Amino acid sequence: MFHSVRKGAVPGSLKVLLSAMACWLPLATALAEDVGQYVSKSCAGCHALTQAEIKNADVSERARRKGPPLYYAGDKFKQKWLERWLAKPVRLRPAGSFPPDHTIVTDDGDVIDRATLKDHLALPAGKTKLVAGYLMGLHMGDKPLLNSQYKPKKISKMLGSMDFNKFKGCSACHRDAADNGGVSGPELYTAWSRMQPEFLISYIKDPVAWDVHTMMPDKHLKEKEIHKLVDYLKLIGEAAQ
Amino acid sequence: MNNRIFLALSSLTILANFAYAGSPPADAIRGKTLYKIYCTQCHGLEGDGYGINVADMEVLPRDHTETKEMKTRTDKDLFKAIKFGGKAIDKSVLMPNWDGNLSDRQIDDLVEYLRVLCCTKTGK
Repeated sequence: MFHSVRKGAVPGSLKVLLSAMACWLPLATALAEDVGQYVSKSCAGCHALTQAEIKNADVSERARRKGPPLYYAGDKFKQKWLERWLAKPVRLRPAGSFPPDHTIVTDDGDVIDRATLKDHLALPAGKTKLVAGYLMGLHMGDKPLLNSQYKPKKISKMLGSMDFNKFKGCSACHRDAADNGGVSGPELYTAWSRMQPEFLISYIKDPVAWDVHTMMPDKHLKEKEIHKLVDYLKLIGEAAQ
Repeated sequence: MNNRIFLALSSLTILANFAYAGSPPADAIRGKTLYKIYCTQCHGLEGDGYGINVADMEVLPRDHTETKEMKTRTDKDLFKAIKFGGKAIDKSVLMPNWDGNLSDRQIDDLVEYLRVLCCTKTGK
């Protein structure tokens, strides 16, 4: 049932809604400001929250990093995953953010010095959603890097694995299973659940554009080759869930 | 007037020096920082090829402290391997190309450091 409304008049229900919004908007802004302050206070010590922090520094900045940059968190993560992870963080980088700082030389070759690795703090229950929401609002301002649409295609585990390990050499630094691959980069067997596919494509295509001091090489892969790798990450990621 | 001529001449001299000097020579200290960031994960903190990533590798990364072997490689060979990756020199695909991440000058710095690592007492 619709009521006719006189021109210029505001119906009662709309009045209620508008007054509720008038109350909520300043509150929401205040909350966002609070979250911003909270993130600056709690995260900025280990994570770059602006691109300038990295772009304006020389390459030795990479060796001082304690955590991955967050200035493009909104382009990178899946929000639900981020909320869950902030509540219950698990290690994604087996050798920490800067592996040489967590490596010791032994007679059997270099090994990870686990005693030096610090676990990420779990956020209090009331904060995870707010912080994840705030971080999802952080985007790269430079240029539109997310310009590829991902359309999943079928790939067999055998071919995907061969591509990842033998042909593209991703396994030099990344794990595609808990027991296979390098440990200096973040593990990729759960990449699908935590990252947006368009980001995966873009980051593989041009990692330096996202992070000028990234340790991820730009392999000059063709769009099709990148999509195949993402198809494999999807396959192993869904199997891991 | 004299001051103006002096200033103009000084500026010209400074500009000429810059043009003549070109890029600064490769620097092993800068190379050492780059090596730590980009290479030690596979080639090892000491450059012996036993980095933390090698456990699941089918081919061992090059031992940069192996003087005899490293002396057979020219600076040009090393530059090419770093810039274009293992595939470009018929070696393992696990050695990536760094041309998208590092400038030619940075690669020169790395080569300079490799020479310290392989062939000097400091490197050992």
